[in-house]
Amino acid sequence: MSSIGTGYDLDVSEYSPEGKLFQVEYAHKAVESSGTAVGICCRDGVVLAVENIVTSKLYETNCNRRVFHIDRHIGMAASGLLPDARAVARHAREEAADYRQSHGEPMPLSELASRVSNLMHAYTMYSAVRPFGCGVLLAAFENGRPQLYGVEPSGVYYSYHGYAIGKAKQNARTEIEKLKLAELSAANGVKEAAKIIYSCHDEVKDKYFELDLSLTSAETAGRHVIVTGEQWTEASNYAKAALEEHDSDDDV
Amino acid sequence: FSSAMSASFYTKPANNGNAGVAMETSWDSNPGRQRTLQPITTGASVLAIKYNAGVIMVADTLGSYGSLAKFRSIPRVLRVNDATVAAASGDLADMQFLNTVVENHAIDEEIHEHGIAYSPASLHSWLTRVMYNRRSRINPLWNTYIVAGTEAGQPFLGYVNMLGVAFKEDCLATGFGSHLCLGLLREALDAAGGYAGLTEETATSALEACLRVLYYRDCRAYNQYQLANVPVAKPAQVSGPHFLQSDWSVAKLVKHYTE
Repeated sequence: MSSIGTGYDLDVSEYSPEGKLFQVEYAHKAVESSGTAVGICCRDGVVLAVENIVTSKLYETNCNRRVFHIDRHIGMAASGLLPDARAVARHAREEAADYRQSHGEPMPLSELASRVSNLMHAYTMYSAVRPFGCGVLLAAFENGRPQLYGVEPSGVYYSYHGYAIGKAKQNARTEIEKLKLAELSAANGVKEAAKIIYSCHDEVKDKYFELDLSLTSAETAGRHVIVTGEQWTEASNYAKAALEEHDSDDDV
Repeated sequence: FSSAMSASFYTKPANNGNAGVAMETSWDSNPGRQRTLQPITTGASVLAIKYNAGVIMVADTLGSYGSLAKFRSIPRVLRVNDATVAAASGDLADMQFLNTVVENHAIDEEIHEHGIAYSPASLHSWLTRVMYNRRSRINPLWNTYIVAGTEAGQPFLGYVNMLGVAFKEDCLATGFGSHLCLGLLREALDAAGGYAGLTEETATSALEACLRVLYYRDCRAYNQYQLANVPVAKPAQVSGPHFLQSDWSVAKLVKHYTE
């Protein structure tokens, strides 16, 4: 199914005769075999959600969140290799802190996205390193406008109204396209994002997963907040209920 | 991508670990530079007192340029987090520099969400180390800091000066305040039988009375101030600017005073 790059996939500094960088493509595969991450720009905020697949019940809950704070006002959701995602988060945090220190104001998301993209791209140019095996979604609510950027292992990045990466990205993207984003409030967006994660989750292959949710909106005053407690339970129940409804529909 | 390697976790002689930015002194690499000889734009006294359910701290908003009352709206009180506030007197450039470092640390802690944040005692300890180490290189940050907040459910009040002298007390004052007002604050505490006998209102009025004394008697004091209140059970609140009412009618009794 996948084209084998024998001989041209040993390091990322080598092109294949067809002009492909196989190491970058393999990095994308690392993202595609990991839990789905979803980002949705709502009317008054941005929601991030991740299907955090947990391989053992022995882990403490929420010990390995896949949603990160980058400074107070920017959130990052990651799909792919978690240690790579943490490294990207660390760089992003340094950039944001530096910017805040020298400019005296929080870093605009467009600027941060550009820096993260530069970073991830830099790791695709030298044989001494490997590309990051993760894709990241960056979110912020700036000057009343919700913003979402997605950066992939190749370093390419776009600004999105809604996006998904990871295992079920195609299904998730289809679900996002069905939403009327311009009318959706961030509070409802949290529930919809949870619903998308649950509906795209493969019960058979990955039994147990944690729902990582976060919100940056007018309500949170532009602060990136990890959704916990009541709001999380509400979203999670809404998603599970929608799933049951869907299942019971099938029974008819 | 050398920045990936630049973060240092361990303190070796060549690097300064976490205190990094605060510890950089220009002549370590460039011997032509000079050391701090004198403060330039300065802040006057900071006063603080514990009460039965927390701590209150006040500092006026004046930045003096020598004897010129140049900047009349400088905030000197820093809210670090819900349980910690700090204020400084002395050189305001040094204060603003250190405050930025502290704020960046505080943001770092917030975003890591591991539930560990600066407690007033840990901030006090960190400041002491930075101030003492700077003095040991004969390039001090020319400030006296007061750290106030809630530590393990109890009110906390700590003092650090540019020599690295640090201590904790039930009432504190810097600069002129330590000469003119510390006695008044101690009297208030003694009268109440300790800080557990002071209410928020009594503590606030004691501090206001002291600020008034300072405005009358300290040429570098001002009648506009910020107030920080850190109740043990609630988040820290920094309010201001408050205005001090003062009565200068006695000036007419002063010989040679003309209107």
